[in-house]
Amino acid sequence: MPELNRTPLYDLHASLGAKMVPFAGYEMPVQYALGVMKEHLWTRQHAGLFDVSHMGQIWIAGPDTANALERVLPQSVAGLKPGRQRYGFLTNDAGGIIDDLMFANVDPEAGRFHVIVNAAGKKHVLPYLLEAIPDHRIEMSDHLALLALQGPEAEVTLARLVPGVADMAFMDFGTFESDYGPLDVTRSGYTGEDGFEISVERQHAVALAEALLAMDEVQPIGLGARDSLRLEAGLCLYGNDIDTTTTPVEAALEWAIQKARREGDRAGGFPGADIILDQLANGAPRRRVGLLPEGRAPMRDGTELFAGDTKVGHVTSGAYGPSLERPVSMGYVATEYAETGTKLEGEVRGKRMPVTVADMPFRPSNYKR
Amino acid sequence: MKYTEDHEWLRAEGDLVIVGITEHAAEQLGDVVFVELPEAETKVAKGDDIVVIESVKAASDIVAPLDGEIVEVNEDLVDNPGLVNEDPTGNAWFFKIKVEDLGQLDGYMSEDEYQDMIS
Repeated sequence: MPELNRTPLYDLHASLGAKMVPFAGYEMPVQYALGVMKEHLWTRQHAGLFDVSHMGQIWIAGPDTANALERVLPQSVAGLKPGRQRYGFLTNDAGGIIDDLMFANVDPEAGRFHVIVNAAGKKHVLPYLLEAIPDHRIEMSDHLALLALQGPEAEVTLARLVPGVADMAFMDFGTFESDYGPLDVTRSGYTGEDGFEISVERQHAVALAEALLAMDEVQPIGLGARDSLRLEAGLCLYGNDIDTTTTPVEAALEWAIQKARREGDRAGGFPGADIILDQLANGAPRRRVGLLPEGRAPMRDGTELFAGDTKVGHVTSGAYGPSLERPVSMGYVATEYAETGTKLEGEVRGKRMPVTVADMPFRPSNYKR
Repeated sequence: MKYTEDHEWLRAEGDLVIVGITEHAAEQLGDVVFVELPEAETKVAKGDDIVVIESVKAASDIVAPLDGEIVEVNEDLVDNPGLVNEDPTGNAWFFKIKVEDLGQLDGYMSEDEYQDMIS
């Protein structure tokens, strides 16, 4: 097995009693002393601190970066105001998704954008961008750590250290001077809660994490709870719910393709545009849906879904949802079975169990608009 | 009390053996969210998968540690799977199995041997 990478917070995780697991080439905390269930509930009620330093932070600068990025993303980048962040994804020629990401317009004069990609995507996304946008300076930062502080008490706690963050709205990007060096902060996250992602120079990461953890409202939260939180929020995990074989329309992500890329002079022009624009107009043969299994047994990824004797799809993520106090799943079904309320069956350990197609998010998100 | 390599504990009570999972196993599983039990009066053979436990992490099976007949199952676990984490060696027993030959227990580990295995 290749040697696993460690984030700057590795020793802190160990001292907090974390159980470490390999994840996307990193040794990461899956849970701490509280355990997955309590960590999940804590984040929904208070504030949870996540080490997401394994994710890739890419800085792009150069002439007219927005237009350059629109060659690889189906998102409206030119329409993104300075100091704002947006969700997006890189597509391939078949209309599939190479990786999903967050991008922020940092400095329009320098054409500077901040892009956060998945840990597993780091190795191939950087060379891909370097080739697709050759006239720009593109760097993967290895001198930065990334912390996420999520939950209804995220604002009050982070504002004690960085007062300016209280004025940010959902999906704002801001740079702040602090006792922990310069911080690039976005008001976003991946839990369905209000919160922040904080890019911090690695030599300050432990001190910042310790300052937050010293507050009564803040607990460290592992990848286990991160997964159940994002699942309840209906958010995709790359590699499970979306990949190079799923198109954005199949994945029910058309909300992330703005109008300016669908019609008018900036329509299309990204990889797979013909397929994706056609599916936007005419629909796709299958669709990602929320699924609520009856009873208590989770329907995990790989579970096959049936309507009568016909196999109509499969589960891509499934777990127990601690806030919903029931199992929740998401998966792909043939479009004629994608309507909310459709009754299907999932095959769990050889038995057919009832499951109902449901709207996502499974619970209302709690963003500060 | 006897222990299996699958982290079950076995406690003899007359001609019945009560079976649960150890504290160590419960800790390793993490929060238990679902338990599926066999029907009472099921004849089982040693090694049969008879209980499904799902935790926040994964699904696992409990095997019958002995040949015999399941005479009672702990329905409380179906409504409150978290009991497995709270009280694994007490209230969170899984089933009682009636065995013809209690000598089957002899092959299993003592408390000390089990502690050695997991340490």
